[in-house]
Amino acid sequence: MFRIAQKRILNDQVILMKIEAPYIAAKVDAGQFIIYRVDERGERVPLTVADSDKVNGTITIIFQTVGGSTQKLAALNEGDYILDVVGPLGVATEYEKDIKRVAVVGGGVGCAIAYPQSKKLHNMGVYVDLIAGFRSKDIVIIEDEMKEASDALHICTDDGSYGYHGFVTNKLQELIDGGAKYDEVIAIGPVPMMKFVCKVTEPYGIKTLVSLNPIMVDGTGMCGGCRVTVDGKIKYACVDGPDFDGHKVDFDELMRRNGTYRNQEKSHVCNLTGEVR
Amino acid sequence: MPNMSPNKTPVTEQDPKVRARNFKEVTLGYTPEQAMLEASRCLNCKNRPCTTGCPVGVKIPDFIAKVVEGRFEEAYAVIKSTNSLPAVTGRVCPQERQCESKCVRGVKGEPVAIGRLERFCADYVRENCSSASIEKPVLNGHKVAVVGAGPSGLTCAGDLAKLGYDVSVFEAFHTAGGVLMYGIPEFRLPKAIVSHEIDGLKELGVDIETNMVIGKVLSIDELLERGYEAIFVGSGAGLPRFMGIEGEGLVGVYSANEYLTRINLMKAYLDDYDTPIKRSRSVAVCGGGNVAMDAARSAMRLGAEHVYIIYRRSLDEMPARKEEVHHAMEEGIEFLVLNNPVKIDGDENGNVCGMTCIKMELGEPDESGRRSPVAVEGSEYELDVDTVIMAIGTSPNPLIRSTTPGLEANKRGCLVVDEESMRTSKDAVYAGGDAVTGAATVILAMGAGKKAAAHIDEYIKHKNN
Ligand SMILES: Cc1cc2nc3c(=O)[nH]c(=O)nc-3n(C[C@H](O)[C@H](O)[C@H](O)COP(=O)(O)OP(=O)(O)OC[C@H]3O[C@@H](n4cnc5c(N)ncnc54)[C@H](O)[C@@H]3O)c2cc1C
Ligand SMILES: Cc1cc2nc3c(=O)[nH]c(=O)nc-3n(C[C@H](O)[C@H](O)[C@H](O)COP(=O)(O)OP(=O)(O)OC[C@H]3O[C@@H](n4cnc5c(N)ncnc54)[C@H](O)[C@@H]3O)c2cc1C
Ligand code: SF4
Ligand code: FES
Repeated sequence: MFRIAQKRILNDQVILMKIEAPYIAAKVDAGQFIIYRVDERGERVPLTVADSDKVNGTITIIFQTVGGSTQKLAALNEGDYILDVVGPLGVATEYEKDIKRVAVVGGGVGCAIAYPQSKKLHNMGVYVDLIAGFRSKDIVIIEDEMKEASDALHICTDDGSYGYHGFVTNKLQELIDGGAKYDEVIAIGPVPMMKFVCKVTEPYGIKTLVSLNPIMVDGTGMCGGCRVTVDGKIKYACVDGPDFDGHKVDFDELMRRNGTYRNQEKSHVCNLTGEVR
Repeated sequence: MPNMSPNKTPVTEQDPKVRARNFKEVTLGYTPEQAMLEASRCLNCKNRPCTTGCPVGVKIPDFIAKVVEGRFEEAYAVIKSTNSLPAVTGRVCPQERQCESKCVRGVKGEPVAIGRLERFCADYVRENCSSASIEKPVLNGHKVAVVGAGPSGLTCAGDLAKLGYDVSVFEAFHTAGGVLMYGIPEFRLPKAIVSHEIDGLKELGVDIETNMVIGKVLSIDELLERGYEAIFVGSGAGLPRFMGIEGEGLVGVYSANEYLTRINLMKAYLDDYDTPIKRSRSVAVCGGGNVAMDAARSAMRLGAEHVYIIYRRSLDEMPARKEEVHHAMEEGIEFLVLNNPVKIDGDENGNVCGMTCIKMELGEPDESGRRSPVAVEGSEYELDVDTVIMAIGTSPNPLIRSTTPGLEANKRGCLVVDEESMRTSKDAVYAGGDAVTGAATVILAMGAGKKAAAHIDEYIKHKNN
């Protein structure tokens, strides 16, 4: 049993929780994730570890309420318990050597996952442009944290209600056009967003890491459910990833496979589909 | 007076038509009368050929003699002295290739139904005898860690606990049991039985820590640093294989492991559990082992109209247990033997809408001694399916070997051990079960766990002397 030490509502769909999991907190690194099962009947659901506190033995998750399982989690409060939390899973992000400047691109709740990357790079002394995209002003999350974890924070909104008016890809293109020389780009968000970020960086040959979110069950390489095609080969996102070279990922296959249970999930909030992480 | 019937005493089974749509156990097991009748077919042979066929050396004629007398608890104790999971092995062992293949009664007629008798004893004792509370062994002050709570790990843990070791089992999943929990379906091995066996271990004092992926949250070296004097790795062979044919990335293609885990561990077939599973109309299962049978029969129980087993050799070469093949056929699974998938076809939305297969024939024997299947040129045809399940084998998960310096594996990814002691290339680390052999059987995994426990005991005693 894992106790919820803190709960913060970031916007009407996104929640932050700190969970007591000392073993995981001691080990986890940026890019890794956990799988939780809220109760006996729950599914196993993967969530990235957004932050960790080794002293207090807690990990932070930031999640969007999408369907039944995330709603069940969202319904819990401080002091409640989650039945199972397993992790840290996946390979921690490996950056290029001697990088000087990167763009970290986050989309929607994906910003929660981009944030630990940005923080780690920033602390390593790398110059970080953090480009964070949201549909509109009212769903912007963790702005202060992101500002602190980057050299320049570029918030973008689709409807122009806050920050830059346009998609993250437009902003990224502008920065490149303006002379920003990136050693690497890290894109984390909805699959279509990651796909289009890769389209932007490809002509410049900028290495682009994406963090993939296929449907998972065990998270240890046993079920094969999380397989993705990278460079024409089968890879398991849970053990080989979740980070991959975005220029080699078959995004269309990933999008299709993530829709496997779309019709079946009882309480799926359809208008959020594009925002599932 | 022995019962000279050439046939096994029949056992009651659920009607195939009914059971093909439910997850309740297929075989109902012997009544005490049936068990005694069957037991009296045993000739109590002096040279005990059956026992030599048992990988853990169950004293078969001895326990059967007790069944004849109706002393079921004593019979159970005889079995239990060498086999820690009789309720499990009585149900899933390939008896026809082990004990029963050696039985003298099998020369003229059918062998003694040793498996059914073993199962009967375990079930009888579980259901009728108040378990005398197990006496906890006196602790000897030494700690051992076991990685993986499958049959090999659990057996090793149980044996060490009985010797007084303080044993911790670390399991990646939220539930102990390994394949017994996530792979083998309820209709063949009720999960309550596995849980009962695991509860018995806990009573012995074995500590089972779930949600612990060794190699991630703690490495083998960190376990050693934490004071575990020896480690047994029983992490199984869970990594699924795919065929590498076109269309494996389509929606509706599963590995058998994913399909079965969703059903068995996550209870996707029950409405009040959250995990979803595809409700298929027509399913192709590629492979011919127990895993393929389980996936096919599960798909049938989820309501599919057609379920095909696609196997490239003939029925004779099929590696699955005979009984399971027989049960699957009774339930209406369609066997397409001497057939091989060539490509999976998808519709415009990326969903499986068919599979192209090719006919095969048997050619010259290959290195396994089996005649190798050869494609019949130009015999491709379309099979109408909306789901494809790959059950063509698994290999050991690389997680432990890739995070443990000094742990040697062969090119198939199996951990290398000294077969006598189950010791790996790394000091104080032992291994067994599917992690060493590749996908094998429950009883072999248990045998390996036992052997390792004995040598771990020797190693620790020796070290501390
Ligand atoms: C490695 C990894 C890390 C992740 N980290 C985060 C995170 O930090 N924060 C966050 O909000 N989300 C994260 N996700 C996505 C999160 O797991 C899904 O949003 C969640 O599974 C939805 O579950 P649900 O039951 O609420 O919705 P459901 O009703 O199960 O699903 C809603 C829709 O999402 C699809 N879906 C199911 N599982 C997944 C999945 N694993 N990924 C994508 N789509 C899925 C379904 O097909 C369905 O159409 C991560 C996913 C992965 C694989
Ligand atoms: C569907 C199916 C049907 C089968 N039917 C039969 C049958 O009828 N008869 C028969 O004899 N055999 C059958 N088998 C084979 C049999 O189940 C296996 O040979 C046996 O379970 C192997 O036991 P094991 O202990 O080596 O590994 P497993 O049962 O695989 O257990 C390994 C355990 O280790 C855990 N683990 C793995 N990695 C880690 C890690 N890094 N950290 C912590 N824990 C970890 C796993 O989660 C798992 O619980 C079947 C197998 C399958 C898949
Ligand atoms: S070989 Fe058959 S008949 Fe002989 S002792 Fe064993 S079970 Fe009985
Ligand atoms: S989640 Fe099962 S193999 Fe990755």
